[in-house]
Amino acid sequence: MTKISIEDLKRIREKTSKDTSLRHGATTIKITVHMGTCGIAAGAREVMNTLMEEMAQADRQDIRVVTSGCMGMCSSEPNVTVETEGEKPVMYQKMDSNRMRQVFKRHVILGEVQTDFALARI
Amino acid sequence: MREIALHILDIAENGITAGSDLIQILIDENRIENLLKVVIKDYGKGMSPEMVRTVTDPFITTRTTRRIGLGLSLWKEAAKRCGGDFSIESEPGKGTVVTATFRYDHIDRAPIGDIAGTITILIAGNPDIDFVYDHVIDGNRFTIDTRELKGELKESLTDPALLFHLKKQMEEELKKLAGNE
Repeated sequence: MTKISIEDLKRIREKTSKDTSLRHGATTIKITVHMGTCGIAAGAREVMNTLMEEMAQADRQDIRVVTSGCMGMCSSEPNVTVETEGEKPVMYQKMDSNRMRQVFKRHVILGEVQTDFALARI
Repeated sequence: MREIALHILDIAENGITAGSDLIQILIDENRIENLLKVVIKDYGKGMSPEMVRTVTDPFITTRTTRRIGLGLSLWKEAAKRCGGDFSIESEPGKGTVVTATFRYDHIDRAPIGDIAGTITILIAGNPDIDFVYDHVIDGNRFTIDTRELKGELKESLTDPALLFHLKKQMEEELKKLAGNE
């Protein structure tokens, strides 16, 4: 039986350990990828993959990524909701990898809501 | 759904919604016996016998936003059309086990797909839930247990760099597993 090598993971963790003090700070931005059957079939996993890539590059410990179920807006899936502390959540529709990158770089990092494919402010 | 791995992501989400703190996923690829078996087990709130009987009906769902629920219906159909079988065992308060089998070489069987991506996303999106992922190919087994990983690392698995590495390792191990013919 093979197992994942925990030693490797520990090494990676040590490399990034300088950030651990920040990691316990407050979350200021929450990004939700909606992953119901509809979202998954429409490509939510690729969107989530891209988001995780961007997160790894950005190295921001105050951003939290979570998944959730269907919201009932199946026809506009994959949907992604960005919640910035103190602001109304913005929901994006028909996301793909490129749109996710754009939303992350422009909205999450710079605070510019991408109205082109925003579905609603909730 | 284009991949078995996408179905798994979908069905595992049900267990998370049911409030389970542990999800177990088993994929058993037996190329000698021409059989693929996928078992997804949760320890959530479970279902009544009535619900178990009707849950694969696309017009039955627990959610309130719409009256249609497709996840389990699609999963069952996928198994049935590949000469396989499908079953759900559930008990209120205990949890649910969903088992699907496929004829391995059936022309309609979707590829396993990006299972490492599925598992990584489940772990990343649900830091408070533990996952045990078992993958067997022709008797060779590969296992990930997030309870062990968290215990060894003494922190939750949320660091994107860590998760990325975990995914890479999974992909490599699975390649090795498949090559061991």
